[in-house]
Amino acid sequence: MSRHGPVVLDAGQRHPVRLALNGRTVSGEAEPRMLLHDFLRHVLGATGTHVGCEHGICGACTVQIDGVPARACLTFAVQADGAEIRTVEGLAPAADRLSVLQEAFRTHHGLQCGFCTPGILMTLDALLRERPNCDEAEVRDALSGHLCRCTGYAPIVKAALAAAEALRETDHA
Amino acid sequence: MKPARFAYLRAATTEHALEALHRGGGEARVIAGGQSLVPMLTMRLARPALLVDIMHVTALNRVDDDGARITVGAGVRQRALETRNGLAKRQPLLAMALPWVGHMQTRSRGTVCGSVAHADPSAELPLVLVALGGQVHLRSGHRARRVTAQEFFTGMMVTARAEDELIEAVSVPAIRPGTGYAFREISRRHGDFAIAAFAAVADERGLRLAVGGVAAIPISRVLPTDQAFGDALDAFAWDLDARDDLHASARYRRELVRRIGRDVAQEALRDQKARAVQEGG
Repeated sequence: MSRHGPVVLDAGQRHPVRLALNGRTVSGEAEPRMLLHDFLRHVLGATGTHVGCEHGICGACTVQIDGVPARACLTFAVQADGAEIRTVEGLAPAADRLSVLQEAFRTHHGLQCGFCTPGILMTLDALLRERPNCDEAEVRDALSGHLCRCTGYAPIVKAALAAAEALRETDHA
Repeated sequence: MKPARFAYLRAATTEHALEALHRGGGEARVIAGGQSLVPMLTMRLARPALLVDIMHVTALNRVDDDGARITVGAGVRQRALETRNGLAKRQPLLAMALPWVGHMQTRSRGTVCGSVAHADPSAELPLVLVALGGQVHLRSGHRARRVTAQEFFTGMMVTARAEDELIEAVSVPAIRPGTGYAFREISRRHGDFAIAAFAAVADERGLRLAVGGVAAIPISRVLPTDQAFGDALDAFAWDLDARDDLHASARYRRELVRRIGRDVAQEALRDQKARAVQEGG
């Protein structure tokens, strides 16, 4: 970025965008109007992030931007230049092993169709890191930013609380 | 849904942003957190030719507390203010209202000033600004001015900001001794748009109740604390000119003002007494 003048990106032109995706530096080109979810999916090929309502209501596209959950549909790729983005692809510790939270979703049937799941996982992953002792009310409050049309939310809440407990036990072990 | 084409300018200084706004005329829009603006762009309700990103201007990313006033710069995200140490002690009403602004997934990006600029009738931060008698600090290339919250909000999503002006900051009075505060919001789920929202401030000058989500802008009124309170609140509820929408009827909203408005006003008076005891002890 220039230290002297503003950075100006022309409309209708593609411009380089570089960011850290799940710990790896990646880059691609985006028009100013390209939303972060389209950049992730179409330019970087990271299709784990789902796109639902595209106006910030449903929460399906939630990713972590610089460590905090945010809607990928409410941020342009050019705004995220230089940011650290974490998506659902970054959760599993290895290709053949689920994270504690993902495992809890499987055990407690926290998903059916799975469309909303990547976004919900990114919100809950941040919640469990920030508030390891979170209670049901906090889980429900965090989930109020997500729509799920299959589960009725109860199994999701159960999975989140079970994961919180499992993570506390691993920390104390 | 994709926004129409626009150019993007990443300002490094306030001057960059002001010059771009001046040159762009009505075609340039400021983007900060983008949590209100991006949906407008995506739905093509707004089609600016240029977006001016101010989030890399370090001078705008600060909160100043000089003892009497708390000034929140244009780059301060809602989450940053919400998690600021001691906010509840410095301005309780802000601390009460912030958790109700959108969802935590939008507060992480959305700014305090951005919500004020958007001026949604049901938004919490404009309501708090009106309740506290806050100010909006505007700057263009050739002048800086401050307008009161009451003067700033002129209609539904319409404000007194000129096209070449940037909201540089908003400020509210810090907590003052002998003052009580209360906040409450009625919505279908936490995080949904408010059907009605209430903020009350009780101090030695009287009891002020502000109501959001009912009229086109947040409106506050000083109400008596004696037996005239009920009639005054009734009159206030009617004067708000409540609207019908998908979520609630005008009649329901008026009823909320009468019932919840009373509760919130009483809560502020109780809070005032409780604080007086604390301060006295």
